[in-house]
Amino acid sequence: MNKKSENLLDISNLWVKFPTRTTTFEAVRGVSFSLGRERLGIVGESGSGKSMTGRAILQLIRKPGIVEADHISLHGQDLMKLSERDMRSVRGQKISMVMQDPKFSLNPVMTVGAQIMEAYSLHAKTTKADAKRKSLEMLEAVAIRDPERVFNAYPHEMSGGMGQRIMIAMMLIPNPEILIADEPTSALDVSVQSEVLTIMDKLVTARGMGLIFISHDLNLVSSFCDRVLIMYAGRVVETCLAKELHNAKHPYTKGLLNSLPRLDQPSKRLEVLKRDPAWRDADSVVGTS
Amino acid sequence: MSTPNTMPNERETLRQWLLTQTPTSRRHARFAAIYQGWLTLKANKLAMIGLGILLSLVLASILAPWLAPHDPFAQDLANRLLPLGSEGHILGTDSLGRDILSRLIYGSRITLYIVALVALIAPIVGLFVGTVAGYMGGWTDAVLMRITDIFLAFPRLVLALAFVAALGAGIENAVIAISLTAWPPYARMARAETLTIRSADYINAVKLQGAGPLRIITKHIWPLCISSLIVRVTLDMAGIILAAAGLGFLGLGAQPPSPEWGAMVSEGRRFILDFWWVATLPGLAIFTVSLGFNLLGDGLRDVLDPKDAGDE
Amino acid sequence: MSNLKTENLNVWFDTGIKRVNAVVDASLNVQSGQSFGLVGESGSGKSTILRAITGLAPNWSGRIEIDGFALGKKRSNDFYNKVQMVFQDPYASLHPRHTVDQVLSETLHLHGMKDIDNKIIKLLDDVGLGGTFRFRFPHQLSGGQRQRVAIARALCAEPKILLLDEPTSALDVSVQAEILNLFADLRSEYKLTYIMVSHDLAVVSHMCSQIAVMQSGKIIEIMSVEDMRKMQPKADYTKHLLKNSMGYTRSPSI
Repeated sequence: MNKKSENLLDISNLWVKFPTRTTTFEAVRGVSFSLGRERLGIVGESGSGKSMTGRAILQLIRKPGIVEADHISLHGQDLMKLSERDMRSVRGQKISMVMQDPKFSLNPVMTVGAQIMEAYSLHAKTTKADAKRKSLEMLEAVAIRDPERVFNAYPHEMSGGMGQRIMIAMMLIPNPEILIADEPTSALDVSVQSEVLTIMDKLVTARGMGLIFISHDLNLVSSFCDRVLIMYAGRVVETCLAKELHNAKHPYTKGLLNSLPRLDQPSKRLEVLKRDPAWRDADSVVGTS
Repeated sequence: MSTPNTMPNERETLRQWLLTQTPTSRRHARFAAIYQGWLTLKANKLAMIGLGILLSLVLASILAPWLAPHDPFAQDLANRLLPLGSEGHILGTDSLGRDILSRLIYGSRITLYIVALVALIAPIVGLFVGTVAGYMGGWTDAVLMRITDIFLAFPRLVLALAFVAALGAGIENAVIAISLTAWPPYARMARAETLTIRSADYINAVKLQGAGPLRIITKHIWPLCISSLIVRVTLDMAGIILAAAGLGFLGLGAQPPSPEWGAMVSEGRRFILDFWWVATLPGLAIFTVSLGFNLLGDGLRDVLDPKDAGDE
Repeated sequence: MSNLKTENLNVWFDTGIKRVNAVVDASLNVQSGQSFGLVGESGSGKSTILRAITGLAPNWSGRIEIDGFALGKKRSNDFYNKVQMVFQDPYASLHPRHTVDQVLSETLHLHGMKDIDNKIIKLLDDVGLGGTFRFRFPHQLSGGQRQRVAIARALCAEPKILLLDEPTSALDVSVQAEILNLFADLRSEYKLTYIMVSHDLAVVSHMCSQIAVMQSGKIIEIMSVEDMRKMQPKADYTKHLLKNSMGYTRSPSI
């Protein structure tokens, strides 16, 4: 956080396009930002392009989707210029991703241990025993009390919160520099949510990783992240420090915040967001720190 | 769509009317949905080839008296087993000197007849049994599905043979036999779909309006099962044509001298080494029509699959 | 206006060894015109209570009363005229092959309404959609618009009690605000009684005057919204829920 000059990731003018029968749908429209060793939040409503941004960084956009960018550089290496083969070694090893629902990201017919070991051995050539030791260590690191039992269990035997911890363990075991978490806690109950976030927070901070935290939950992002990008219609409309999110200036951000019901402030009616077409056309704000 | 009133061109506006996302009447909504499905189908070239083949089949059967150069039953023993490209008989003649082209054209009527009847009987029986079993569950389900299993346990052609043997040879009986053996897979499929649909919230919602099982099955479950059933039927049509041809080949379907394609292959079999075209040409016709159905079925799957209905 | 009461309501799924007790001895009393909230985490049985009331969960025991009359095992059409429900996921609660018009006209028809055409127009107006939406298919609507259609469907019967099962959890926050405002408007226009299930304490506190907190099938606390806003619940579990719903608290060690 204090070493702001050192950017892990630098993205310039990122576009994601989907050609349809009649027109081209632009999911992300010219987004630029950089990521240091920090927790960067990307918030927006559904369809704002926040998830697409995360996927585009890892080149996970399926055909017929197109990703265009001036550059997506990881330590100065442009990911846009890498072949699919080279990209595979970036995914997981340098940049990892945790998805929303662990139910769909874990293979149901493999034990948890086998999946973590596979993730590890894909990136590091080691013996089986070593991979197992490392996997158990990792399960312990995500605050799983009985790592041996979980190691031999199948995903369906795990609760949602457990599943998400296992995902985090799996994603962090190759020791990536960047973790992209796409709504990692939306499928979880609030109490489990805070446990998972604590684990993620600890690991990311301890390892000095960069975290991109994609979420629709403004309160969560403002309390969890260091810096926030607010996306609307494929563009970044505003960027600010997370703790200052409640003093946001852009009418869209303000509108979103005001439309939330609040426990501490009763109101007769909620404010309804009036969308200004000009927001859509305004240039994307550059989100470099 | 942004400026509909500045478009004087009538063709353009009809297209827009059909492509609208904001229909203004029940009919409009239906037409628009059909047109958009058609556009998806049209984009699939292979499906259009399949549709073309099937349309030619329908046209051939309608226009048979005008298209066929000869009477399909007229024998001419002096000109038997003429090769391809003979004068007056482009596709040659068979062992009794009948024009093969004419027989193929008239045979398309029989094929179409079989296909249409089977396509009407089997999926409807299957849909009915499957949805009732799936929706009612419990006892009804157990009984209906065990009956289905019994039918499924027999090889199709063997069961059809047994029926034809019991009922007597002939096209109608062949159709009944094929239908009786064809419905169980549809019942299984319809049941599997019903099981997922019946616990959906939109079914719960109509239950809360006091709707009974009959209404829920016919008005809410059927429309969702029918589309995948149609796809399945078109894909199965090839098998049904082959089964009919197989019965014809074994002498249990259409009876001579009727120009049924399977029976024609069977007749030609005797000369297959010296006069290959007599058996091959009807075989090719069977192959082409089966292929047509398969291609169309594949295309229809893209259009009718409710899972990706219109979601971007 | 109608009131709803449950006494020692038990609901279970499956029987024998696999039996799961989803709701255990739940007693609550919802006054006529009140807006009552049920909160809890997933699996706490909050939605199951609604399903038992509507008859969608058939295995239950105890007593469910509406206006003082106990419900039997089978729900009558009379019941469905009085109690309706809005489901959680508007993407799953509308038939994918039915237009808005089909959905509403069938529902009105089932309730024996006359003058269906005018009623549909009025209903669509009431939920803020207007006539242009009448002939659209669900896939031509956004999530919020779909939920409005689902609300219009629930209003067809002119019910007195509306059961809301997480009606905004699948929606964006700005759309959630619109839908919550719509509920408030409808409530004052039609004098409705609400029972709202949600995992979001802020939403429940906005809508409801009394709130029951559920944990593993049991109601552990019923409190007024004022107590909740003051963060003065009696049960520890409620405190825990309230704390966690305020966002992430970084532990001081980091």
